[in-house]
Amino acid sequence: MNTELIGIIVTFGITLTIAIALGRYMAKMYAGEKVWTDFMKPVENLLFKLGGINPSEHMNWKQFLKAMMTINILWLVYGFFLLIYQDKLPLNPDGNPGMTADLSFNTIISFVANCNLQDYSGETGATYFAQHFIFMFLHFTSAATGMACAIAVFKAFRDKTTTDLGSFWNYFVKSITRVLLPISVVIALILAFNGTPSSYAGKDKFISLQGDTVTMSRGPAAQMIAIKHLGTNGGGWFGANSAHPLENPNYLTNVVEITSQFIIPVGMVIALGFFVRRKKLGLIIFGVMMTGVLMLMIPTIIGEVGGNPEIAKMGITQSTGSMEGKELRFGPAATAYWSTLTTVTSTGSVNGMHDSMMPLSGCWELLAMMINGFFGGDGVGFLNYYIYLIIAVFISGLMVGRTPEFMGHKVEAREVKIAAFITLLSPFLIKAGTALACYIFYTYPNADWAVKPSAWLNNPGFHGFSEILYQYTSSNANNGSGFEGLADNNIFWNVSAGVVIFFGRFLPMIGPIAISGLLAQKKFIPESAGTLRTDTVTFGVMTFAVILILNALSYFPALALGPLAEYFSMLKH
Amino acid sequence: MKKYIVPSIRLTLVLIVLLCVIYPLFIAFAGKLSTGKGDGEPIIVNGKTVGYALVGQNFSKPQYFWGRPSAVGYNANGSGGSNKAPTNPDYLKDVEKRIDTLLKYHPYLKRSDIPADLVTASGSGLDPDISPDAAKIQIKRVALYRKLDEQKIADLVNSHIEAPLFGFMGPAKVNVLKLNVALDELQKH
Repeated sequence: MNTELIGIIVTFGITLTIAIALGRYMAKMYAGEKVWTDFMKPVENLLFKLGGINPSEHMNWKQFLKAMMTINILWLVYGFFLLIYQDKLPLNPDGNPGMTADLSFNTIISFVANCNLQDYSGETGATYFAQHFIFMFLHFTSAATGMACAIAVFKAFRDKTTTDLGSFWNYFVKSITRVLLPISVVIALILAFNGTPSSYAGKDKFISLQGDTVTMSRGPAAQMIAIKHLGTNGGGWFGANSAHPLENPNYLTNVVEITSQFIIPVGMVIALGFFVRRKKLGLIIFGVMMTGVLMLMIPTIIGEVGGNPEIAKMGITQSTGSMEGKELRFGPAATAYWSTLTTVTSTGSVNGMHDSMMPLSGCWELLAMMINGFFGGDGVGFLNYYIYLIIAVFISGLMVGRTPEFMGHKVEAREVKIAAFITLLSPFLIKAGTALACYIFYTYPNADWAVKPSAWLNNPGFHGFSEILYQYTSSNANNGSGFEGLADNNIFWNVSAGVVIFFGRFLPMIGPIAISGLLAQKKFIPESAGTLRTDTVTFGVMTFAVILILNALSYFPALALGPLAEYFSMLKH
Repeated sequence: MKKYIVPSIRLTLVLIVLLCVIYPLFIAFAGKLSTGKGDGEPIIVNGKTVGYALVGQNFSKPQYFWGRPSAVGYNANGSGGSNKAPTNPDYLKDVEKRIDTLLKYHPYLKRSDIPADLVTASGSGLDPDISPDAAKIQIKRVALYRKLDEQKIADLVNSHIEAPLFGFMGPAKVNVLKLNVALDELQKH
């Protein structure tokens, strides 16, 4: 076996080991048991005191959501204005300009929502101030928001009958002080000592060996790249994201970065089993999700390692696989591995360009984001999966003729309606957005925008359609990766994608918390012979089938028009 | 909602101090201890910075080893890939042109000798590395233009091959800038 394949297998092993340990730790920590990070308590108490917060406040689901939404809206306002005026603020050694209103609208929603779709390029579009005080700040807080919401749902599962989901502030602050910040320090140090810049020095100018004058962007990137992965954010310092040699200098940093973006999503599922004290349930959910991940990952790796058939026809040797848009120090196998994990989670950072990957790889990336529940983003991934669980409980209840129940509570019309609404929301946002963009592309090709619609696409034919579909899929899933050929910095894309990101973020968080709050208020029914058990392999298979059927019904036609059509036309040649 | 506005503002302000001032400054100070002092690792020849080891630069002159094609022309002010689809006809023509250029400068090569990384653009446009095969096929041309012994250059290339991480993870590679700096050095002696 070659070193590229061994590399990703070892990476996968490291990731699982860390994720399981982290999951057990998080379960204890959020439950308030003794853990080794208790030395952070004084810091937390100081934060609570200065923030004027009582961390042991009881919140019902409505209060919890109000607290969560209030602080998120505050960040939207804060960032929107600062981005427009970033050129007048300090820490701008490269003299980058302020953002236009529509770009700022898109960017701030994108970062508050943990999406980090970037219609600007970091080197020329953002100041060091914006990168740290807005983007990096939101990297931490958006991830902590998602984690806090997941813990509230876990608590509703654990307590038999309750209206108390715990304090949003408590979970939120602890997510930062006990998980995100300490691990980020470790990652940032590893990056800094492997060559990622960490100082505030501006661009450097030099004459290259051959005699060309070159300016090179840099800046305190290591700090931001650490949390960008750990927080499943993905918004990079440089335009090329983690393909950039300063963001991701070598294979070791590549292992660190890809590992850090997967440990919290996996750890959350492990934490669920321990926190709720139902390890088997955690294990079954883990099994379903991991099966999904592997089913997306293995074909992607095979496809990329196989190389581009069109280039093979020219007689070129692709000994390691398809190299367009990839970096030599990672190779096609590690790039394919990364592309799957970055799309199943909501990270969306890239170490190679997705636009240039094989048609079917693009299909698996799209599908991973459409499903958005195989581990998913920090915290929110489980919330998405929870919606699938409720639908699966409901359908299997109907199939066997029993009242659907989950965790000892009857699932009734109101909860199923919310779940159905959230399930329908994603295909609506993705397909309505894509349809609108296609309509404008064909009807008004010469509209007078910063970029004319006729110049939006970087590739002709089916792949061009995939670029549009990818943009909305990534926005809805709060992923943030892109088929970056799309010329997206203009008012149409900034506004339409911004709206999709906003609804694609907050409704799928509000829905599951409402459902779990409503369920937890109900009378607890002890398990009996008549209960449909949700911690069995059978129910796991059922959930998997529900996920597949729902997504196939929603998205197969769109995928057929884009990547699948491209794949078959490639075969035909 | 009113109840939560004041705590939101206050908590945001204290978190900004923790996350945007204390944390990055701590890393920046620790980074001062790294090889490049946190500014990137420059390569210095005769007291002048000629580049950064991690950031690829353009080599088009025939007496140097060439790096990979770049969609941004190795302009490190920005970065990016071509974002061309694998089926895009214009892109495939570009690849064909790159093959022709390579064959023109290396008439001794067969098409099947050309490794894919020399005819495809990298993701960042700043890829500092090429594969060992890509370096090896250029030895004869470099030797010809520099009027140096082929074996000497082959030895130089071999000594610049960086093994996979721990010997078993990821690809082997050659840093083009380091190789070319050593090449200039070799010619001097």
